[in-house]
Amino acid sequence: MIVEIGHFALVLALAVAAYQFAVNLYGAHRNDAGLMAAGRMAALTQAVLIGLAFFVLMHAYVVSDFSVENVFRNSHSAKPLLYKVSGVWGNHEGSMLLWVFILALFGGAVALFGRNLPPQLKARVLGVQGSVGLAFLLFVVLTSNPFTRLSPAPIEGQGLNPILQDPALAFHPPFLYSGYVGLSVAFAFAVAALIEGKVDAAWARWVRPWTLASWTFLTIGIAMGSWWAYYELGWGGFWFWDPVENASLMPWLVATALIHSAIVVEKRNALKIWTLLLSIFAFSLSLLGTFLVRSGILTSVHAFAVDPDRGFFILAILTVFIGGSLTLFAIRAPRLKAGGLFAPVSREGALVVNNLILCAAAAAVFVGTLYPLALETLNGAKITVGAPYFNLTFGPLMIPLLLLVPLGPMLTWKRASLTAVGRRLWLVAVMALAIGLAVLVMTVRGPWFAALGVGVGAWLILGALWELSERLGAGRVPLAAAWARFRGLPRAAMGMTLAHAGLGLALIGIFGVSFWRVENIVAMKPGDVASIGAYTVTFIGETPLKGPNYTGVSGKFDLKRDGALVTTLVSEKREFKPRGMPTTEVGLYQTVAGDVYLAMGDAAMNGGRSVRMYYNPLASFIWWGAAIMFLGGLLSLTDRRFRVGAPRRAAAPAFSASEGSAA
Amino acid sequence: MTRKQKRLAMILSGLAALGVAAGLVLYAISDTIVFFFTPSEMAEKHVAPGQRLRLGGMVEAGSVASTDGVNHIFVVTDTIATTKVHFKGQLPDLFREGQGVVAEGVLQQDGSFEADTVLAKHDENYMPREVAESLKAKGVHLGKGAGQ
Repeated sequence: MIVEIGHFALVLALAVAAYQFAVNLYGAHRNDAGLMAAGRMAALTQAVLIGLAFFVLMHAYVVSDFSVENVFRNSHSAKPLLYKVSGVWGNHEGSMLLWVFILALFGGAVALFGRNLPPQLKARVLGVQGSVGLAFLLFVVLTSNPFTRLSPAPIEGQGLNPILQDPALAFHPPFLYSGYVGLSVAFAFAVAALIEGKVDAAWARWVRPWTLASWTFLTIGIAMGSWWAYYELGWGGFWFWDPVENASLMPWLVATALIHSAIVVEKRNALKIWTLLLSIFAFSLSLLGTFLVRSGILTSVHAFAVDPDRGFFILAILTVFIGGSLTLFAIRAPRLKAGGLFAPVSREGALVVNNLILCAAAAAVFVGTLYPLALETLNGAKITVGAPYFNLTFGPLMIPLLLLVPLGPMLTWKRASLTAVGRRLWLVAVMALAIGLAVLVMTVRGPWFAALGVGVGAWLILGALWELSERLGAGRVPLAAAWARFRGLPRAAMGMTLAHAGLGLALIGIFGVSFWRVENIVAMKPGDVASIGAYTVTFIGETPLKGPNYTGVSGKFDLKRDGALVTTLVSEKREFKPRGMPTTEVGLYQTVAGDVYLAMGDAAMNGGRSVRMYYNPLASFIWWGAAIMFLGGLLSLTDRRFRVGAPRRAAAPAFSASEGSAA
Repeated sequence: MTRKQKRLAMILSGLAALGVAAGLVLYAISDTIVFFFTPSEMAEKHVAPGQRLRLGGMVEAGSVASTDGVNHIFVVTDTIATTKVHFKGQLPDLFREGQGVVAEGVLQQDGSFEADTVLAKHDENYMPREVAESLKAKGVHLGKGAGQ
């Protein structure tokens, strides 16, 4: 009965989405306050209804109601509670329900919190949101219904793919989807602005927090996925340039461009048309990501189910939304008034370069991801585009951008002087160069590219901190005054410092692992000793293992450095009950300097075990860097400018000199 | 700068960025892509030794030999032709005899394949897409759930 309530709520939400779409756009067109109020209610109702459906499905998972086909296929009564809950989105139907739920939550949030939005703009945004919701709810109800019943009900479920049974992966999809779907708000704002034919500083200020929130969620979602791949897949890598990873990287790159270009719209009333186009692109890439992952066109761990109807359906959604919004853009954009002027060397100029490079990098990833699919469709040739392609394209494109990051915040708006910036940053440049050179000297045989990476990372971190210390007047004013300035600092400025520094930190980790990793694969019997980096590993022995829903063996390894015991690493081979599927749990010892990573392999014929060991220098920097970027995003979101006193929507440009440097 | 000059500068810098990106992409694509073959395709197309490629098919039952746990020898088959593969390293968790596999590496002079990467299915319903399609094209019957 409960399940039918959820099912009913879902179908009702579909009707409400259609109503939300129609009533908001028509209400805005007629400027009818009553209709627009009804539109707001529709957005809230939709969020409540889909929320109801979502929690009903979760309830079915928690109580192991195997009469629901989706639960039967993806759950098992012996599964720990966390994975019963995360099992809800660990499959195609459930994850699409999560997708529309988050979409509805964003719609509801706009309806609820966008109090200072002009009613017409708000109604149009909600209308566009409703249309996206309508399309995806149709998709869920028609092709991916999670509430389908089974009769008779099986006694036991088939279990969740065991490699998905992991804490980091339990929360990876909700964060990632929040990022993907949050970009629909920026998209809706862009389409609303095109309908109205009006983009100004106020518009940018309303769009920025939503985009920033999406970016923040995407950042942490991608980082969690990468962390999961690192310790769960047993390959010791953190990024595989897998099409599904690329599907999340592309929206991230464009969202990064968007949060920067929206600043220019807000502060300088320039780059308006470009920012609209970026908003459309960002969400289009989210849709493309959804298509790649959900259609089963790529067969990978992410493609849970395979059904051509679904692929065509999402492709149709893609065509309608991307084609429709770009057509609208082509018709309306030329009528928008061009914005303020600026010199090439200026804050605006730097942000334009940022946007160009990020978009070029996203395009390179796009080509690498879709080229194999296109080629196979055209002439049947099967090819793989792997890491070498991306290293050769993405790397060289991003390095110049990274070099420019510390310069950006130091440039003044409209017209800047490079010599003035040079005077402020030369010390940072010298320090970063010294760090890079020191690394090169210390790692005598080390590749110079790694030293370059560490130098660039240091340049980013030091540049960000230097900019902050200048703002605080460190060295020029007394400590107490500097502290007072620190407390009074706009949170957005602090957020930028954290995000840029975090990027530098992650970069150092990425270069460290990529260029200095040490690998050793050996066959070991109990008592055997092997070395990895500065450590030695002694195989102690194996013991049988019994978990709640798996059995297996657990291998113990003593990790020693200079003869002294550092820790005992445990690596497991698990065999999961319902499916008999094997997985490997790696043993991981993390320090600031690097990770020792150990994965036990299969038993060999001569009685030993193959053991794969890595020393991954600076690996933890990657996730600490990402976490700091995430914090930076969160901090920026709490900036009071986003909450109070959005500027009046008028002809007057809405930027003030006093906060001109806050980014 | 006038508005026109500014617009021109923006367009030119945009084109420059696009040009650099396009150049890199074209160069990288011609240089780094890896083609996929099944054993019989490899024979049909007379693939030259020394080229980096991906070999896909099923692991022939009873063909896996890994004496020391690190050096593995197995035979990849598409039921029409076979290729012997040598791989030094750790086989993935889901590597099984009689199931789909993709090996990346270099074809040797003697017709054997030296792999440096071995990929296996991610779960019991997964077969590498290329493998499933190639096998289907050759009329090999696949069990339920294999490929699409």
